[in-house]
Amino acid sequence: MRYSWKWSAVLTDPYFDWIISGLELTLLLSLISWAIALVLGCLIGIARTAETKWIRSLAAAYVECFRNVPLLVIFFLWYFVAPEILPRNAGLWVKRDLPFPEFWTSVVALSTYTAAMVAEQVRAGIEAIPRGQANAALASGLTRWQVYRYILLPVGLRIAVPALGNEFINIFKNSSLALSIGLLELTSRTRQISEYTYQPLEMFITASAVYFVIAMLTTAIMMAIERRSRLPGMITRATR
Amino acid sequence: MVWRLALSAAFLATLAFAGPASADDLYGTLKKVNDSGKIVIGHNADSPPFSYIGANGKPEGYTIDLCHRVAEDVKKELKRPDLKIEYVSLTPVNRIPLLVNGTVDMVCATTTNNFTRQRQVDYLSTMYISGARIITRADTGIKSLADLKGRPVTVNQGSSNEQIMKALDEQQKLGIRFINTKDNPQAWASLESSRSDAHVTDEPTAYGLVVASKQPDKYLVVPGPRLSFDPFAIVVRRDDSAFRLVGNKALADLYRSGEIDKIYEKWLSTIGMSMDPETKTLFKVQALPE
Repeated sequence: MRYSWKWSAVLTDPYFDWIISGLELTLLLSLISWAIALVLGCLIGIARTAETKWIRSLAAAYVECFRNVPLLVIFFLWYFVAPEILPRNAGLWVKRDLPFPEFWTSVVALSTYTAAMVAEQVRAGIEAIPRGQANAALASGLTRWQVYRYILLPVGLRIAVPALGNEFINIFKNSSLALSIGLLELTSRTRQISEYTYQPLEMFITASAVYFVIAMLTTAIMMAIERRSRLPGMITRATR
Repeated sequence: MVWRLALSAAFLATLAFAGPASADDLYGTLKKVNDSGKIVIGHNADSPPFSYIGANGKPEGYTIDLCHRVAEDVKKELKRPDLKIEYVSLTPVNRIPLLVNGTVDMVCATTTNNFTRQRQVDYLSTMYISGARIITRADTGIKSLADLKGRPVTVNQGSSNEQIMKALDEQQKLGIRFINTKDNPQAWASLESSRSDAHVTDEPTAYGLVVASKQPDKYLVVPGPRLSFDPFAIVVRRDDSAFRLVGNKALADLYRSGEIDKIYEKWLSTIGMSMDPETKTLFKVQALPE
């Protein structure tokens, strides 16, 4: 109706610096969490295809626990509940002496959640390989470790690449929930500025645009990786 | 020609007898309310005793009572006793867009009036004087702002308390370790679990949190002067003096008749506060003559 637009608020000192510092935290949080989630998720995904039953159940339990709880609740659990379960002194250390607790708790929350997603994609990738291949490899004298190393993982992970790309884009968007435990990342910075200036629409549009650009860049990177890792003979995007 | 004259005469006649201060002169909120037949109050869900969802599921509180008074006077002004009052629950994020785009007509909460915000919205007269205050656990030994030196302290993201505390911290070189909580319940969880040693928030919120806590004697609101000056007011749209006039007159009537004392007492006593001399003066000077 009568909203007075003031786009210059985005560029005013100190608000521009705040947006940049928020963007830095968003990128740092997402990339560190993604690195951890990728390693942890691969291990859990492999464990889900393991021969031994208890390893399989343990991995399945992990995936179900983290996949079936809202990410926001996972943030709260790690931030508020986890330190209370620890022995008193360890809990106090986490709450008071851990440097930058909001950031590292966010890393833990985001990576443990995303690991469950990655694990499912990795498992699906491995299970997409016809069973005959693994059986044939075993019959030809390879050990189980070698079967994973030379047959299942090289193929399975390549099948999983497009799906993993999705999770990679998601992690940037999911990182915005870190504002709920007080991390001043991109979304909370723009919310903060909108409260200070009362120019909320400019701030939300700015935040959306930045997330959009991040997602587009991620998509471009993932498409390049997909092209290189594409398995000949699989049904994928045709190369131009 | 004659026909046209008759038509305009009929038109003028309808205007003259159209009842409510000739509907064509209305503009802004009054026009919108008159056309839609309803006045929409925007409120908070969790800011007792000012604006919150009460036990009966309806919004209530000090600010809500004042807004009801304004709504009553709007009905009188428009001669529309049939006007309906509707409620919309707001969050800090959506309250400005929803006011400006006309979803709500008044924001009845705990909003601080300042000039930066007046670029975007307008306010009715001040209805409460607040300021930032420190809540702490009794075992921390914090007695003043200076005692916060180097300690973990929560402030809510984007609140005026955050602004004032960060400025004070810089000015007095306190080296406070700020934790930017999302809202009061989270700040309280941090204080309760010793993650932080203090929380800085509006004065009434501070008292309200302590009263509502499980063990009120374990917490205290640090006495002494308030850390900031935060005049609370009802928020309305800009460039709408006709509606502001009705609103401010409704409030001035309450201030002048002393009825405000009862409303103030009814809500603020629930958190153990009573009217201080400063507030008495505030109401007196804002009670402009009829």
